[in-house]
Amino acid sequence: MTAETLTLGKALNAGLRRAMEDDPKVLVMGEDVGRLGGVFRITDGLQKDFGAERVIDTPLAESGIVGTAIGLALRGYRPVCEIQFDGFVFPAADQIITQLAKMRMRSLGSVSLPITIRIPCGGGIGAVEHHSESPEAYFAHTAGLRVVACSNPVDAYAMLRQSIASDDPVIFFEPKRRYWEKAPVPLDGDFPSLHSAQVVQAGTDVTVLAYGPSVKTCLEAATAAASEGRSIEVIDLRSLNPLDLPTLAASVERTGRCVVVHEAPVFAGFGAELAARLTELCFYRLEAPILRVGGFSTPYPPSRLEDEYLPDLDRILDAVDRTFAW
Amino acid sequence: MTIDSMRATPRPGEAADPQFVQLLTPEGERVEHPDYPLDLTPDDVRDLYRDLVMVRRIDLEAVALTRQGELGIWASLLGQEAAQIGSGRAMNEHDMAFPTYREHGVAYCRGVDPLNLLGLFRGVNHGGWNPAEHGFHLYTIVIGSQTLHAAGYAMGIQRDGVLGTPGAGAAIAYFGDGATSQGDVNEAFVFASVFNAPVVFFCQNNQWAISEPLERQTRIPLYQRAQGFGFPGVRVDGNDVFACLAVTRAALAQARDGQGPSFVEAYTYRMGAHTTTDDPTRYRHKADEEAWKLKDPIERVRSYLVRNGLADAGFFDSVDADAKTAARALREACLSLPDPEPGAIFEHVYAEPHPLMTAEQEAFAAYLASFEEVTA
Ligand SMILES: Cc1ncc(C[n+]2csc(CCOP(=O)(O)OP(=O)(O)O)c2C)c(N)n1
Ligand SMILES: [Mg+2]
Repeated sequence: MTAETLTLGKALNAGLRRAMEDDPKVLVMGEDVGRLGGVFRITDGLQKDFGAERVIDTPLAESGIVGTAIGLALRGYRPVCEIQFDGFVFPAADQIITQLAKMRMRSLGSVSLPITIRIPCGGGIGAVEHHSESPEAYFAHTAGLRVVACSNPVDAYAMLRQSIASDDPVIFFEPKRRYWEKAPVPLDGDFPSLHSAQVVQAGTDVTVLAYGPSVKTCLEAATAAASEGRSIEVIDLRSLNPLDLPTLAASVERTGRCVVVHEAPVFAGFGAELAARLTELCFYRLEAPILRVGGFSTPYPPSRLEDEYLPDLDRILDAVDRTFAW
Repeated sequence: MTIDSMRATPRPGEAADPQFVQLLTPEGERVEHPDYPLDLTPDDVRDLYRDLVMVRRIDLEAVALTRQGELGIWASLLGQEAAQIGSGRAMNEHDMAFPTYREHGVAYCRGVDPLNLLGLFRGVNHGGWNPAEHGFHLYTIVIGSQTLHAAGYAMGIQRDGVLGTPGAGAAIAYFGDGATSQGDVNEAFVFASVFNAPVVFFCQNNQWAISEPLERQTRIPLYQRAQGFGFPGVRVDGNDVFACLAVTRAALAQARDGQGPSFVEAYTYRMGAHTTTDDPTRYRHKADEEAWKLKDPIERVRSYLVRNGLADAGFFDSVDADAKTAARALREACLSLPDPEPGAIFEHVYAEPHPLMTAEQEAFAAYLASFEEVTA
């Protein structure tokens, strides 16, 4: 099995490249994805190698990007759309929610729209408004979409290839502040199922659930807690919809405690779904209510306040402590 | 596709466009246009020159501050000073501007303290000035959204019944060439058109939307799109402050008079990177920048002043000195901008206290205090 040490960003690039090599119907489209290679360089070099017919610099219009991707998919193509930043997906929300998600049902199954929408998400990069958001709950709430979030280079590569191969539309979240994290990435072989959760740190005392950029923070929290004799199990959800409940429930059954971490606001956020489901499944085993740590229930703040806003190691450990103090 | 093969196609309408309004050539020679007479006193011209120099200097300072890590990012207006000062100075006290994130020159004309702009890019707040106080709405980062706000604001002016009176104002929406592809912008054109709203759509065509050249957004000159929506469009030399002033004045006057919307395409060039995080060498030729440098918006006014004996070295020196002083003051003010208090996260989200917000704010304050107890 070949493995190459890649940053998360380069792993995405490698995944796109491989998907384009394997399937001539795969297209890449978005703003500045061509000659510039995207503002984060995720599509770097693709236009040079696959041509402007397959790597399309689109006009500046997100509804246009997703709407025409739907048309291209109807014609047999497999478009991978890049939304430049999380906060700019909303002009495309109508196409995603009213069309992309519902076409299969409308056509009684005769129409597939194998479209992947890549969205760099999350904060922590000192950006101005609309560049640090975590809009996953809107999409997880929309039936007909698959919603996944990678947290590391290995998954970035494998999950992107799997998403592109999916015959359903996939909203693919990329943790932008982790684009520069490195790891050896296996380029071939058997990858875990796209919609499986993974235990990324085994532990016995409490289950911490996270996805995307928060996974690394949770792993750091687990290390810190270990030095104080507390064993945290960290699970990377990887997929928000569908959700790998058996893996999550098995862990919570064992530990009896659970904390959910995400950057998005807690109120009506994805953690609410996790807490409700796991409470149902593990009610008699729970020693404390499932706690959520997330962004405050406010708009994302100006960047000088984002360190306060984003769940950090201390806030995660504080929640862990509270589940023990219950 | 190489940069060259893409450039082989001439830019739409570039050569010999009959509707390119220019009143001051790049060499600083005053030319007349039958539709746009403009009477400027020597003081007026000197004031415009001063404005141009000031905003360029402020912009340069912001770029430098970003390089030094004091701002998170900055979108430079370099090259677009004339489009912004010309249109900004065309506005009256009742007009309302709806900017993007690059309208530092217009902000200057509307009396918005540049420190406010720096605060936004530093991450201290999201802007925070009061739009009504300045006739200048907040910076809008989502491409195109503000054009609809301008159209709606104009519909409000219309409903106030002030059009055609001395108290009349108009809305002016700023946006780029890239923005013209957005649905919102096209919807703004439709609303403004069918309601005959008093709004000027002021497009700074700086030839680029980050790395994408104009051809990726349009096959016809942008100003010609207006016709399809049912209102007049005009292209103006966006590096000519006289022409931008005259054309915008006329467009605003028509709007205030109840004659409806119009479209002004200020044909200019983004001389710098898209923002301080962008690297234009990846997608465009230095030669393009060099060619546009010859059309510099400030140099031509300077030449005009010199050529007509309206300003001497003392004047130019004093303007430069003033700009330098302003830049230094701005730098110092920026460096001493206090970081917001953590509690500010919860402020101004709702008109009234909100139970969830209050609870989170109190819990967060208690959480922060728990650290102080530990360290104390
Ligand atoms: C809806 C939306 N999509 C994408 C972006 C990212 N973005 C910021 S500026 C820009 C290009 C804008 O080009 P143009 O309208 O020509 O204005 P300019 O920056 O040249 O002044 C893009 C794509 C955004 N801010 N908003
Ligand atoms: Mg532009």
